[in-house]
Amino acid sequence: MAELPKVNPEGSAKTYSGFGIPLIFPAWIIIGFFLVIPVAMMLVYSFLTKEFRGGVIWEFSISAYDQFFLYRGLFGDSPPVIEWTYISIFWRSIWQAGLATFCCLIIGFPTAWFIATRTGRNKTIWLFLITIPYWVNLLIRTISMKFLIRDNGPLNEFFLSIGLISEPFHIINTNFAVQLGLFYSYLPFMVLPIYAAVERYNFALSEAAADLYASRTVTLFKVILPTVRPGIVAGCILVFVPSLGAFLAPDLLGGAKNFMIGSLIEEQFKGAAGNWPFGAAASMILLSLVLIVLTFYARNQTKGQI
Amino acid sequence: MSKDKEISVDIQNVTKSFGAFTALNGVSLDIRDNEFFTLLGPSGCGKTTLLRLIAGFEEVTNGAIHLYGQNIADLLPNERPINTVFQQYALFPHMNVTDNVMFGLLRLGHDTSKAKARVGEVLELVRLSDFADRMPSQLSGGQQQRVALARALAPSPKVLLLDEPLSALDLKLRQAVRLELKQIQVQTGITFIFVTHDQEEALTMSDRIAVLEGGRVQQVGSAREIYEAPENKFVADFIGETNLIDVTVSNVEKRKGSCVLPGGAQIICSAAEGALVGSGHLSIRPERIKITASGKGMLEGKTVRHIYLGTDLHIEVSLTSGSRVTVRMQNSTQIKIPNVGQSVGLDFEASSARLLVD
Ligand SMILES: Nc1ncnc2c1ncn2[C@@H]1O[C@H](COP(=O)(O)OP(=O)(O)OP(=O)(O)O)[C@@H](O)[C@H]1O
Ligand SMILES: [Mg+2]
Repeated sequence: MAELPKVNPEGSAKTYSGFGIPLIFPAWIIIGFFLVIPVAMMLVYSFLTKEFRGGVIWEFSISAYDQFFLYRGLFGDSPPVIEWTYISIFWRSIWQAGLATFCCLIIGFPTAWFIATRTGRNKTIWLFLITIPYWVNLLIRTISMKFLIRDNGPLNEFFLSIGLISEPFHIINTNFAVQLGLFYSYLPFMVLPIYAAVERYNFALSEAAADLYASRTVTLFKVILPTVRPGIVAGCILVFVPSLGAFLAPDLLGGAKNFMIGSLIEEQFKGAAGNWPFGAAASMILLSLVLIVLTFYARNQTKGQI
Repeated sequence: MSKDKEISVDIQNVTKSFGAFTALNGVSLDIRDNEFFTLLGPSGCGKTTLLRLIAGFEEVTNGAIHLYGQNIADLLPNERPINTVFQQYALFPHMNVTDNVMFGLLRLGHDTSKAKARVGEVLELVRLSDFADRMPSQLSGGQQQRVALARALAPSPKVLLLDEPLSALDLKLRQAVRLELKQIQVQTGITFIFVTHDQEEALTMSDRIAVLEGGRVQQVGSAREIYEAPENKFVADFIGETNLIDVTVSNVEKRKGSCVLPGGAQIICSAAEGALVGSGHLSIRPERIKITASGKGMLEGKTVRHIYLGTDLHIEVSLTSGSRVTVRMQNSTQIKIPNVGQSVGLDFEASSARLLVD
């Protein structure tokens, strides 16, 4: 059934794909050089022995992975038990990234819908407005947010002055602050792919649904969402993956208690306290997690695309 | 009130404007229950717009639409017992044929097994039973159009709106589906409002036809009425082919006009409503004119050329007054065809001519 060829009135890419190989060559070189080699290095490093003051000794060892998953007592001679510290950091990161993705989706979908349904020039203006804040460096944006939400910052002062609250909201160094940071950093990555999908959406389908007795809610869930799903999935991945490895927002807004994977890895490569093999191992574990998510996505895509 | 019961869709003086542009201008139609009603007109005359008003996708600017006596202005599209076959199909791309056709049934609360049976029935009706599991992207244009038809038929609506539902079919299939569509309409008792710009389609299928042009209704009537007794030049010209001959009208009485033809011959023929004394136009269908010997007909002229049409021939004759007349004759060996350049007479019955309003 999946074997049936498609009838495609817009023409088939097959006819025009003759130039594919030579033109894609530069891309292959760049990917090979700057992606495959560093990842391979990381993989190798994660199986080496750590040297104090950073760096590695070229000696095979699985102690980095061992340290990640197992606890063998203070002196390393007790029977091993599961080490929860890093697993819980990972778990918290996944949870945080998932929540940030969800929030971006809830806010991003209506935003993208709104922009995509504007006419002519308004569309361009709205898109432009969405992207403007992202012309400023992420670090600077995150620090400004820290300034905005601190206990005696403008946000609290405003709420205090209009009498909405009597004590300042304590936002900084909480999970909520991290959420806010992640949400704000990655919202456009949700909005743009959904916008692209909604722009291509044929509104006659909504009319057809209404004609066939579907209410607006049913139309949303049965017709609109399934049709623009590729955009939604792309947006979710584009938000979830960088949120999972983010370190600026958790570092600057979350404080020590709200440590995430990104910060954990960053620590390992910073200064004398670092542990390169351990950092590399944590990266490899993170990478595997991301690959699992992407595999699900790829499966999902091919299933939807009959 | 009993008169209202017979009327299915009552369109009362409806006007629709898009900004400064008026797409429909004072349209009034009473479409009867169980009728095959066709909206016929050239591209851009407002056919789709009128259907969208009935379905509820657009709001009327002025006027009202009643469905079985009830004003439907406040009903949303999903609250109207009306289904549409869309001009661009609008099939749900993520659902296979069965799910597309079942969509409306499930929304109406039918249980799945009953809905499935009904889907089987309508797919049988449009001869797509073998394609039940295909996705819309795996169907040809004509097959997609039939899915759109099945999807709209499945919930058994009171009124079915069809926006050029046969345009993507080839000639043979179109002729077959025409007959089937007509049969389906008779069987189901659904009121069909059928949009087309193909006059042959309109003439063969409809109980009544409304001819639209420039957002106005030009004439409403049965196929025969519209073909035989057009009210104005547009209708005469748009439905079938016709010859328009300049005449001088000397008298109009009881819808009969006395006209003087270019050669001086005089006839009395039926006149459209509003025909006036003075200069006017006479419409005569090409197949109603006979070629006779020169000097023996109502009109005089010279053969200009032959146009070969397969079963028929068109002979173009240039009148002495300068205007041209087309004569249609059967392409048969029995009939003598005048040579090009030959002088001929043209003859027709007074009952075949009609005096039009400009
Ligand atoms: N949303 C709209 N805004 C502005 N003008 C419109 C809109 N919809 C239709 N029109 C105009 O109204 C007129 C009638 O359009 P409509 O689609 O009803 O034509 P139609 O008779 O269905 O033509 P066709 O046979 O080509 O489908 C056209 O001139 C069209 O440009
Ligand atoms: Mg149309």
